Amino acid sequence: MSGTGSVTEARPGTTAQRHSAHVRVNVEQASYAYSARKQAAPLFTLEATTFQAREREFVAILGPNASGKSTLLRLIAGAIVPLSGRVELDGFETCHLDARTRAQRIALVQQESPLIFPILAGDYVLQGRHPHGRSLWFEKDEDFAIAEKALAQVGAEHLRDRWMHEISGGEKQRVVLARALAQQPLVLLLDEPTLHLDIRAQIDLLCRLRHLADEHRYTVIEVTHDLGMAAEFADQIVLLHRGKCLRVGTPAAVYQRELLEQVFEVPLGIEASPAGRPRVIVQGRREEI
Amino acid sequence: MKRLTLRRVLWSCALLAAVLLGIVLLALRLGAVPFSFGDLGQNLWFLVSGQSEKVSTDFRVIMVDIRLPRILLGIVVGAALSVAGAGFQALLRNPLADPYVLGVSSGAALGAILALLAAPALPLMTPAAAFLGAVATIAAVYFLGRRQGQLDSSTLLLAGIVTASFLTAMIMFLMTTLTSRDLRGISFWLMGDLSASLPRGLLWIMITGFFAAAGAILTTASDLNVLLAGEREAMHLGVNVTRVKLVVYISASVLTGLAVSVSGAIGYVGLLVPHVMRMFFGSDYRLLIPTSALGGAIAIVLADTLARTLIAPTQLPVGAMTAMAGAPVFIYLLRRRLA
Repeated sequence: MSGTGSVTEARPGTTAQRHSAHVRVNVEQASYAYSARKQAAPLFTLEATTFQAREREFVAILGPNASGKSTLLRLIAGAIVPLSGRVELDGFETCHLDARTRAQRIALVQQESPLIFPILAGDYVLQGRHPHGRSLWFEKDEDFAIAEKALAQVGAEHLRDRWMHEISGGEKQRVVLARALAQQPLVLLLDEPTLHLDIRAQIDLLCRLRHLADEHRYTVIEVTHDLGMAAEFADQIVLLHRGKCLRVGTPAAVYQRELLEQVFEVPLGIEASPAGRPRVIVQGRREEI
Repeated sequence: MKRLTLRRVLWSCALLAAVLLGIVLLALRLGAVPFSFGDLGQNLWFLVSGQSEKVSTDFRVIMVDIRLPRILLGIVVGAALSVAGAGFQALLRNPLADPYVLGVSSGAALGAILALLAAPALPLMTPAAAFLGAVATIAAVYFLGRRQGQLDSSTLLLAGIVTASFLTAMIMFLMTTLTSRDLRGISFWLMGDLSASLPRGLLWIMITGFFAAAGAILTTASDLNVLLAGEREAMHLGVNVTRVKLVVYISASVLTGLAVSVSGAIGYVGLLVPHVMRMFFGSDYRLLIPTSALGGAIAIVLADTLARTLIAPTQLPVGAMTAMAGAPVFIYLLRRRLA
């Protein structure tokens, strides 16, 4: 179980190389609590979580709904301040970076907000240059070149002059990813990027993310509840359950049947694939309904 | 993808400025006492070149004292309303937002009516009281529309609409106590009218206020572009969302308050002009704000000229004119969007 799996086997970023690579994101005993009002009892708590994400590494934060995945992602993005512990990017606490600097280093792909006025995909990607400009500023040739390159990196050059509201969900997600790349960040954070995509678009997107980590040195951290995809594409799994971090490690180390059955509350089968990545088998239990 | 450059912004503005100039000349010419373009040109030249002693008395009284100030007022009011409308549409993330949606105009109207009731004889009392009413409304809606220390689009919209309807109820109540002569003055004011003669100093205050507030909105233009594509995303693209919203809220409200205090609630301009400009120039706020300002000026000067001359010698309030023309334009834009 030492290989990194079928997807990355022939790629430069082997496990050994990754472990020697630079630690980019350091989450150290970070916790958080939501409450309705100040001093009220917390409605939800994320307990102390620790893990590290390196250059070229693909991390999946995995867990069922309401397990604290998005909270952890927001902590990494620096959108919220940890109650205790630290979240660092190259040694700086992310929540204390100013908004522009943060946006130059961390790109966050979220569930998209509805667009009110029509916008071309190319202009949308160009917005990724916003943290690099000043307030009353017109994009330079360089910004256009970077936006073009970002579109090319996700295979969406042909969408440049299309309206965002007219393209398919999979295409849209690629354009959103291109905008994140146009920020030229060190870390790509993604909140359930495959949620509304069909299986082909899901695999296409995850392959691209895998490629970006391997070839372009990005640190990719995604939130997902898709057990199968996480096992297939991630180097490291951070398993969350009801606000607790239960396990951090390679898919093979984390995918223990009892553990996952306890977390996801369904009967599962797990088998090792020839490439060393675990496979999850879903078992229906119609008889109980 | 059409690239936006400073040059494109300047050319678009130059084009609109030329249209505005044409309409201003037309507006100067038309009226109860017509002037030929030759007379107009000659006298204007005398004025500009410093030979003001050669200007005829007729021209001086009708043009310099009556028509020109009214046109200038129309330009400032139109520009202020349109920039405010574009600002509110971005702030509230709602294409139906207009400068009056948050109740600023109702607050101003209430202030004006109270001034008319309390001290009908003082000339500058009404605009001053109207502006105070607008400021009080802006402050009230701000505190009602916050959520977790930040202006929240939907909370702000609801707070504004409720405040507006409460103020309107107060106005209705007060109007029942007015005599018919005052009532007529007020109804002109509620519809929006540019015929009030204002001291020159007030016009300068308007112009200064307009440039300060519109300039403040313009500095947030590229932030607004990002904000419109998604509020949660904007924060992670380096936009200081709290600050941008506060700047736009205050500036757009002040622009509305300035316009309403001198001309009443002229409808539709602030809603429609930004949409028409989006149709021609696209929805990039760096271009939309200056073009809306010029477009709004064109719309009001045109509407006021028609209001003055259409059924002369009777003068319509300009608000009646913009509403009559605005509703069909709005329906056209709506159907076009659905088509």
